[in-house]
Amino acid sequence: MGKTQTDSEIFGTTIFDGEQARKGYAINRMCYSLNAAANRTAFLRDQDAYCERYGLTQQQTEAVRSGKVLAMIEAGGNAYYLAKLAGTLGLDMQDIGAQQTGVTVEEFKARLAAAGH
Amino acid sequence: MIVGAITTSHVPAIGGAIARGRQNDPYWKPFFDGYVAVHEWLAEAKPDVAIVIYNDHGLNFFLDKMPTFAIGAADNYSNADEGWGLPVSRPVEGDAALSWRLIESLVAQEFDVTTCQEMLVDHAFGIPLQLCWPDSSPPPVRTIPISINTVQHPLPTPARCFKLGQAIGRAIQADPSDARVVVIGTGGLSHQLDGERAGFINKPFDLMCLEKLVSEPEALLEYSTHDLVRLAGSQGVELLMWIAARGALLGDVRQAHRHYHVPVSNTAAGVLVLENPSAPALASHLA
Repeated sequence: MGKTQTDSEIFGTTIFDGEQARKGYAINRMCYSLNAAANRTAFLRDQDAYCERYGLTQQQTEAVRSGKVLAMIEAGGNAYYLAKLAGTLGLDMQDIGAQQTGVTVEEFKARLAAAGH
Repeated sequence: MIVGAITTSHVPAIGGAIARGRQNDPYWKPFFDGYVAVHEWLAEAKPDVAIVIYNDHGLNFFLDKMPTFAIGAADNYSNADEGWGLPVSRPVEGDAALSWRLIESLVAQEFDVTTCQEMLVDHAFGIPLQLCWPDSSPPPVRTIPISINTVQHPLPTPARCFKLGQAIGRAIQADPSDARVVVIGTGGLSHQLDGERAGFINKPFDLMCLEKLVSEPEALLEYSTHDLVRLAGSQGVELLMWIAARGALLGDVRQAHRHYHVPVSNTAAGVLVLENPSAPALASHLA
């Protein structure tokens, strides 16, 4: 069904499907826990210990430690849950966008504005 | 009866702007100006109930149990901390009796929804209500939340979401109450938060969708969910909620208002008000 029959890759995009959901369960569960303020405090106090408590894989723990969103996605992270981690770290969506696309925050914002023209 | 549908973006940053009173800032004014006509329309339409079709962003649902379609069946709904600093909004009134009649009808129409007597509602539910009724918190309507999964693929197809909307429309048409119902679909338009394609916005596609949603929604039902990711971005798939809300309007549909503005945060923001001036007689549309 659909106008496009193939599920061929979309540039710079990971479809969060069953495979990703299995792979990323621990890191996403950890991020989901950050809805609670007490958990955000505990995470910020000792990130590695917090990741260990949620059973993150070594790849996931290293991705979190690196602060690199692309590495977290590679490790199975889902945007909706990673957003909570970003919020915990005080980053907004333009910070995250700039980081993932390798431009400055100002350049990223200019790109967004240009998309409206 | 269904008086119409409102489809609108629900970007968290909008909630932040409302909380800080930034509606008239140069960045925000072009966006908020798009809601004046919505307020005027609502003042005329006077709905009693809002069925809010939205997607949960990891407040009520996690990957342990992820319903494709979930419906609230409670007398009130609370918001809670979502983890990124938005103020928690006040609880809103539900309509459990109408929820259950809707559930009975939906399941009879073969939409086997997950029923929730407790359901935390996130910004995707609350921000549209704040946009529609900025002077009233909580909003002056009873609400029924319906959540569509956009977190974990496979997502329901546009065609399936449209049919869900049609089933909602038929249920309300057949309902014995004289409640005036507005269907609100939230999310979109094009945007992508994650990956090297973060910041993706597709204005031509958005404008095409806004056009088709009014007069020819069937044109959007051929897309697969992966097509929507490609054309509207990873989170642009939230167009599904707009398609579902449009589906609830049976019979003639007229556009009362349309507004489109880029950007709000990383998102192309849109709002559409659709009237349902001649909903068909109910009996012939019952499944």
